[in-house]
Amino acid sequence: MVKNIKLISVVFLVIVSFFILLKGLNKTNNYSPNLNSSKIDFNFKAKFLYSDEETTLYELINDKDFSIINIWASWCLPCRDEHSFLLNLKSLDKLNIIGINYKDNEINAKKFIKELGNPYSKIVVDPSGVNSIELGAYGVPETILINNNSKTILKKYIGPLDDKKFAELKLIIKNEN
Amino acid sequence: MKIKILIFIIIWLVSFFNFSYADNSEKVDQISKNLRCLICQGQSVYDSQSDFALSMKILIQNKIDEGQNDEQIYDFLKSKYGEWIVYDPEINKNTVLLWVLPLILFVFGGILILRKVSIK
Repeated sequence: MVKNIKLISVVFLVIVSFFILLKGLNKTNNYSPNLNSSKIDFNFKAKFLYSDEETTLYELINDKDFSIINIWASWCLPCRDEHSFLLNLKSLDKLNIIGINYKDNEINAKKFIKELGNPYSKIVVDPSGVNSIELGAYGVPETILINNNSKTILKKYIGPLDDKKFAELKLIIKNEN
Repeated sequence: MKIKILIFIIIWLVSFFNFSYADNSEKVDQISKNLRCLICQGQSVYDSQSDFALSMKILIQNKIDEGQNDEQIYDFLKSKYGEWIVYDPEINKNTVLLWVLPLILFVFGGILILRKVSIK
C-alpha cells in the first residue's frame, strides 16, 4: 500500500509538472514594465539628425496635444514594416511624431527616410542608445504615445506596429480629451 | 641581463596599464552583474553583448561619472523598467512567499532533525 502511494504521488507530480511546463510554452515571457511606474524624463538632450543643434525632449513635444515617440533604425527590418503605419498616422492633426534614430549610421538613416518617406516632424539621433534607456525603451522598434498636456505615457508598444495596434492608437487619440 | 630587465619592465608596464584600465570599469561590472538584461533571457547586463546591454553599460558609466551612487542608479533603472530589472527582489505581496518559504523549510527541517535526535 505504501509503495502504491509513492508510485501514485510520483506519477501525479510528473503529470502536474508536465502540464505546468506545457502551459509555460505558450506564455510569452516579454516582460513589460508597469506604465504608471515609468515616468519620462523630459530633459534628456539629443541632437537632430538633419542639423547639429541639440534639443531636449521637452522642446520636441511641446506643440500639439499628443506625441508619438518612435524609436527606429535603418538596420532594423521590422521598422521598415511599421513605417507605412507611421506615415498613415502623420495625417492626424492632433498628433506629433518624433523619431529617435537608434544606434544608426547617419548616411543610412537619411537614405532610409528618403526611400520610405518621412512621417516624423522631428528626428533626433541616439548613437549610444543611452537616450532610449532613459526613456525606458528596450530596443527597436518601439512606439510610445504621450499626452502632451499631462505629460504622461498613454501607451507603449514594444515591437513593430501592426493593424491592431494602429487601430488602438487611433482610438486612444480619438477618445482622449 | 639588461634585456631581461627591459622585458620585465615592459611586462610590468603593460600589466600596470591593464590594471588601471580594469579599475575604471569595475564599478560598472559590479552594478551590471545585478541587472537583468531584459531582452536576453537568463543573462545579466554584464554577460550580454546585446545593444540594450551595451547601452546600459554606457549609461551606468555616465551615471558614475556624474557622481551617483549604486543606490541612485538602481532606483533610476527601477523607475524606468520596474522591479524586474534587478536580481534582488523587494519584499512585497508578490514576493513574500519567495522570501519566507526558505525560512519555513529551514525551520521545518530543523524540527525534523531535532525530533529524530531526541527519539534516539
